[in-house]
Amino acid sequence: MSKTTMTRRGVLKTGAVAGAGVALPTIFTASSAAAYTNEPTGSSVTLGFNVPQTGPYADEGNDELLAQQLAVEHLNGEGDGGCLNTFTSKALKGNGILGKKVEFVTGDTQTKSDAARASAKSMIEKDGAIMINGGSSSGVAIAVQGLCQEAGVIFMAGLTHSNDTTGKDRKANGFRHFFNAYMSAAALAPILEKELGADRRAYHLTADYTWGWSQQESIAAATEAMGWETVNNVLTPLASTDFSSYIAPVLNSGADVLVLNHYGGNMVNSLTNAIQFGMMEKVVNNKDFKIVVPLYSELMAAGAGENIKGVFGSMNYNWQLQNEGSKQFVKSFGEKYGKPPSNSAQTCYAQTLLYADACERAGTFNPCGVAEALEGFEFDGLGNGKTMYRADDHQCFKDVLVVKGAENPTNQYDTLEIVEVTPAEQVTYAPNHPMFGGDEASLGTCNAG
Amino acid sequence: MLGLNKKDMTLLIAVAVLTMFAPFFLNPFPTDSAMAQFNAGYPDLMQRFVIFGIFAIGFNILFGLTGYLSFGHAAFLGVGSYAAVWIFKLFTYNVVPAILLAVIVAAVFSVLMGYVSLRRSGIYFSILTLAFAQMMFALAYSVLSNPKFNLTNGETGLQVYPNDPQMFHPEGMQDFPHLFGLYMNSTYTMNVGPWAFDFNTGYYLCAVVMLAVFYLAIRIFRSPFGMMLRAIKSNQTRLNYTGLNPRPYTLAAFVISGAYAGLAGGLMAAMDPLAGAERMQWTASGEVVLMTILGGTGTLIGPVLGAGFIKYFENIFSKINDAVLHQWFAFLPDGLEDFVVFIIHPFVGKGWHLTLGILFMLVVIFLPGGLVEGGQRIGKWIKNRGKSEDSDAGPKTEPAE
Amino acid sequence: MDAILLQILNGLDKGSAYALIALGLTLIFGTLGVVNFAHGALFMIGAFCAVTLQRFLSLSYQTVSETEKDFLGNPLKVETPYVESWFGPEIGASIIDWSTPLAILLAIPIMMLVGLIMERGLIKHFYKREHADQILVTFGLAIVLQEIVKYYFGANPIQTPAPDALSGVANLGAWFGLELAYPVWRIVYFCFAALVIFGVFAFLQFTTFGMVVRAGMADRETVGLLGINIDRRFTIMFAIAAAVAGLAGVMYAPINPPNYHMGMDFLVLSFVVVVVGGMGSLPGAVLAGFMLGILESFASTTWATTTIPGINQIIIYLVAIIVLLTRPRGLMGRKGVMEE
Repeated sequence: MSKTTMTRRGVLKTGAVAGAGVALPTIFTASSAAAYTNEPTGSSVTLGFNVPQTGPYADEGNDELLAQQLAVEHLNGEGDGGCLNTFTSKALKGNGILGKKVEFVTGDTQTKSDAARASAKSMIEKDGAIMINGGSSSGVAIAVQGLCQEAGVIFMAGLTHSNDTTGKDRKANGFRHFFNAYMSAAALAPILEKELGADRRAYHLTADYTWGWSQQESIAAATEAMGWETVNNVLTPLASTDFSSYIAPVLNSGADVLVLNHYGGNMVNSLTNAIQFGMMEKVVNNKDFKIVVPLYSELMAAGAGENIKGVFGSMNYNWQLQNEGSKQFVKSFGEKYGKPPSNSAQTCYAQTLLYADACERAGTFNPCGVAEALEGFEFDGLGNGKTMYRADDHQCFKDVLVVKGAENPTNQYDTLEIVEVTPAEQVTYAPNHPMFGGDEASLGTCNAG
Repeated sequence: MLGLNKKDMTLLIAVAVLTMFAPFFLNPFPTDSAMAQFNAGYPDLMQRFVIFGIFAIGFNILFGLTGYLSFGHAAFLGVGSYAAVWIFKLFTYNVVPAILLAVIVAAVFSVLMGYVSLRRSGIYFSILTLAFAQMMFALAYSVLSNPKFNLTNGETGLQVYPNDPQMFHPEGMQDFPHLFGLYMNSTYTMNVGPWAFDFNTGYYLCAVVMLAVFYLAIRIFRSPFGMMLRAIKSNQTRLNYTGLNPRPYTLAAFVISGAYAGLAGGLMAAMDPLAGAERMQWTASGEVVLMTILGGTGTLIGPVLGAGFIKYFENIFSKINDAVLHQWFAFLPDGLEDFVVFIIHPFVGKGWHLTLGILFMLVVIFLPGGLVEGGQRIGKWIKNRGKSEDSDAGPKTEPAE
Repeated sequence: MDAILLQILNGLDKGSAYALIALGLTLIFGTLGVVNFAHGALFMIGAFCAVTLQRFLSLSYQTVSETEKDFLGNPLKVETPYVESWFGPEIGASIIDWSTPLAILLAIPIMMLVGLIMERGLIKHFYKREHADQILVTFGLAIVLQEIVKYYFGANPIQTPAPDALSGVANLGAWFGLELAYPVWRIVYFCFAALVIFGVFAFLQFTTFGMVVRAGMADRETVGLLGINIDRRFTIMFAIAAAVAGLAGVMYAPINPPNYHMGMDFLVLSFVVVVVGGMGSLPGAVLAGFMLGILESFASTTWATTTIPGINQIIIYLVAIIVLLTRPRGLMGRKGVMEE
C-alpha cells in the first residue's frame, strides 16, 4: 500500500469536509511555535499539581496539595525556606526557578485514570503547566505518566507503589521519588524474619488489581526466600467493603501470618475485620498470630485506629525521622498546618524542590534538559537521607522504613513507630529485574513536545 | 432541506455554527485575565463536550423516545474504547478503522445485552442493564487484565506500548492517532490581541461526527420509527392490543443508542489512546442518565447541553483553588477578601461535587423540562418583552402551558 | 462444616445490612412510588450519628502537660473529655465506650426528622413527576448530603469502636463441639437487624396505622376516597424508612469504619436487592437481602474463586440477572409496580 498517496488524499478529503465549517489550511502543532511544550515566556512558570480531591483519597490528596503549596512558597523565598536550607544542592536561591516566580494550578484526579488525564491535559493545554506532580494511585500515575510523555512535559509521580510505574511502564519523562513494592518486600523480609521467625505460614489477601498483584508477588518472593510458606493468596474485589468472608477462612487455614496487600479504605476495613475476628489474640502452630500490612500510610493508620497496634509495614518516609532535612521539613509543615506531614506529602514536597533544582542546574525548563539533570542525581537533605535518582529507570533509591503500629501512642500522630531504617543498598535491584519488565522495559526517548 | 422541516433545520444549523465556532465561544475571556479560569476552549474539554454530547444524544434515542431507562450504557462506551485501542495496538494509528470497529463491537454487545434485558420493562430492565454493565466493569478491572490474558490492562487502562505490533503503522509517523496523517493532537493557536483560540484537529473530527449523528438523531425522531418508539413509551399495552410487537423496535433503539455510545468511546480513544475500566462503572452510566435528564429528556438538543453542563463543572470548577479565589477578590479589602473566599471555598475546587449536586436539585425543581426548558423560558421572556415594547401593554393571549 | 457455617454467618451479617437498607427503600418505593437515590446517604448519615456522638462525648478541655512534648517539641496539650471530669474517669470512660449503642437513641429522632424534612421539603413535590426527575433530584440530594459530611469529617474513614464488652469473639461452636468463633458485634448486628425487621413488619401488620398504610400501598386512590388522610401516613412511613436506614448505619459503624461515600457503595447494591426481591414486596426485599449476602459470602471462598475466577466480583449481578430472567417480577414482586 502506498501510504503517501493515502495521506495526501486523506488530507484533501478532510479539507473538503472541514471546509464546510472552518478552513484548516495546514497542520500546525503546538510544538512548531515554541522550542518545547509550554515554554515559559513571561515572568512566571506554572507547575501542575494533580491530586485526588474527591473520592476516598481526598484527604491524602489534600495533604499532598498542602505540601506542594509549601514547596512553592519556599521556592519563591517565602516562609522559612524549609528544606532549601538543608538540601545538598545549592542551586536554588529562593527566587523562584531560573528567576521566574513559581505559580501553580491544581486539578482533581478523582483517583480515576480518565479523570486524572483530563485534569492533567487541562493543566497542560489551558494553563500551560510545565510539569505535573502528585497523585495517589499507581493506575493514575501510569496513565498520567503516559500522557506527559506524549505531551512533552515532566511527570513527577506522587504516591505510587506499584513496580510497574518505573518497571514495565517506565517513561523517559516520568520520575518517581516514592518507593515501590519490591523495595517494601526487600526491607520488610529481614525484619519479619528477625521478629517473627523464619518458619512462618503466610496467608495473603490481595486487592484484585495491578498494584495488589505487584505487591503480593514481591512480598511472596521475598518471604519465601527466607523460608516462609505461602499458604494461600486470595484476590479481593476493589469494591469490597466487608472482608469478613475473606478473613474467616484464614483462621482454619493453618496460617500464622496474615498479609494484607490492601491500600486505603480496603486496608482499613480488612484490618478492622481481622481484628474483629480476634486474630491478634490467636495462637497458631504455637506462635502468636501476626498481621503484616506491607504499605502503610499515616491516613490509613488514622483510619484503622487502635487496630494497627503491633502490625508491621513499610513506609517511604515518616515525620519521626531525625535527620536534618526531615526535622526542617516537619518544622515548616507543622508550623504552617498544625500537623505533621504524611509520607505522600513529603514525596510531593521533595519532588517539587527536586524538579526546580534540576531546572536550575540544567539552566532550562526543557523537559529533556531537566530529565538529564535528574538522571543519576545524588542528593541529601530532603528528609529521606542520601538519595539517588537512577538513570536507567528514573526510580529514587533511598532508605526504606520498616514501621510498626505503636503500642502506646502518646498523641494522635505517633501511631506508627520506626522499627528499622533499611539502607538503600539492601533494597536496590537491577534495572532489568524480571518484576520490572525485564530486558524489554525501556524508558524510550525523552519528548519535549 | 436534507429532509428536515424548517424548525429542525434551524436547530441543526444553530448546532453546526455553535460547534464550528466553539473555540471562539468557549474562550470569551482574554488569556491573562482573572476570568480566564472560566474559559473552556482548550482542546481536551472541547473534545469531551462533543464526545459526551454524542453519548447523550444516543442515550436519549433510547430513553427519551421509548422511556426505557438503561443503567448500563457506559459499558458500550467502554467496549468501544477498548476496541479502538486494540486497533491502535495491533494495526494502525489511523482512527477510521478504530472508530468503525468501536461502533461495531458496541453494537454487537448491545444486541446481546438488549435482547436479554428487553424481556423486562421498567425498573427490572434498568437493573438488568446495570447488572450486565457492572459485571463487565468488574471483569475488565481485574479478571481480564491478568498477565496470562491481558485484554484490558485493568486499573491502568489499555494503552499502546512501543513493542506492540502495529502492523500498518508506517515508520516515521508520530505515535499518535491520526486521520490519514492529520494528527488528532495537532492544534493551531490563533492569537488575537490578548485572546488565544485553539483549533484542534481532533475536536473538529469529533464535531463533524457529532453533527452527522445529530442529524441522524433528528431524522430518527421525526421518522415513523420514532413515532413507534414514542408510542411504546406512552402505552405499550395498547400497542400490543393493536397487534404490533414492540420488542423489535425497542431492540433497534437500544442497539442504535449502544452504537452511539460505542462511537463516543471510539472517539474518546482516538483523542487520547487510553481506555480505562472506570469508563464502564455504574457511576459513568449514571452520569449519562443525569446528563440526559438535566438537559431535557426527549428533546433533541437537551442531552448535549446536559453533557456540556456536567463536563464543564467537572473540569473547570474542580480547578478553582484558594489561590485563584484570592486572586479574583484581591481588589477587596483584606478582611472582606478572606471572608468572601471563605464563603466560596466549599463550593469550588475539591467541593465541586457539592455545587454540582445543588445545581442538579435546582434545575430539576425549577425547570421540570431540564435546561432546554430554561432556554425556552428565556426565549419566551425575550419575545414577550419585545412584544410589550412594541405594543404597549398588549393583553397576554398565550396560555400558561 | 465449620467453614460453611462461618460463611453462612458472614452472609447473614452482610445480608442484615442489605436487608435493612432494602427494606427502607421498598417502603419508599411501595408507599410513595418514589425512586430514592438518597437512601444510601441516609444510611451514611446514620453511621455518622454514631461518629458524632462519639466525638461529642469525647469533647475535651486541654491542659498543658509539663513533662510531655508534642511533635514539634512544644509542651503537649493533654486532652481530658468533659464527661470524664463530670462523672469521674471510670464512668466517663465507659459512657464514651458505649457511645455507639447510645447513638441509636440519638439516631432515631434525628433520622426521622431528616426523613420528615426530606419528604415535606422536597420529595412531596415530586410524587407526580416522572421517575427520571425523582432520580435526578434525589441523586443531587445524595451528593449534597455526602459533601456536607465530607466537609466536616473529611474523606478518611473514622474508627467507631464497639463497646469493649461487645467487641470480642464469641465461641458459638462450643455448644456443638465445633470450632466456630465469631465476632460478638456482628452477632449483635444480626440480632438487631432481625429485631428492626420484625418491628417494622409487626407495625405494619398489627396496628391500625399499618393496616391503612398497607391498604394505601395496594390502592392509594380508594383509601383516599374513604376519607383517610393517606398522605400524612405516607410521610410518617418515609420518616420510618429513613430511621431504618439510619439504624442500619449506626450499628454498622463498628463493623467497618464509616466514611462519607459509604452510602454510594451501598446504593447500587441495595437497588439490586430491592429489585431482586420484587418491587413493592417487603418480605421480598428482606429475603433477597439475606440471599444475596449469603451467596456473596460463598462466592468469595477460595473454592469458588478457583473454580470460576472472578466469581466474587460478579456474583450479585449474576444472580440478579438469573432471578430477573426466570421470575419476571423478582422473587416476590407485585404486578404493575414500577414496570413502566
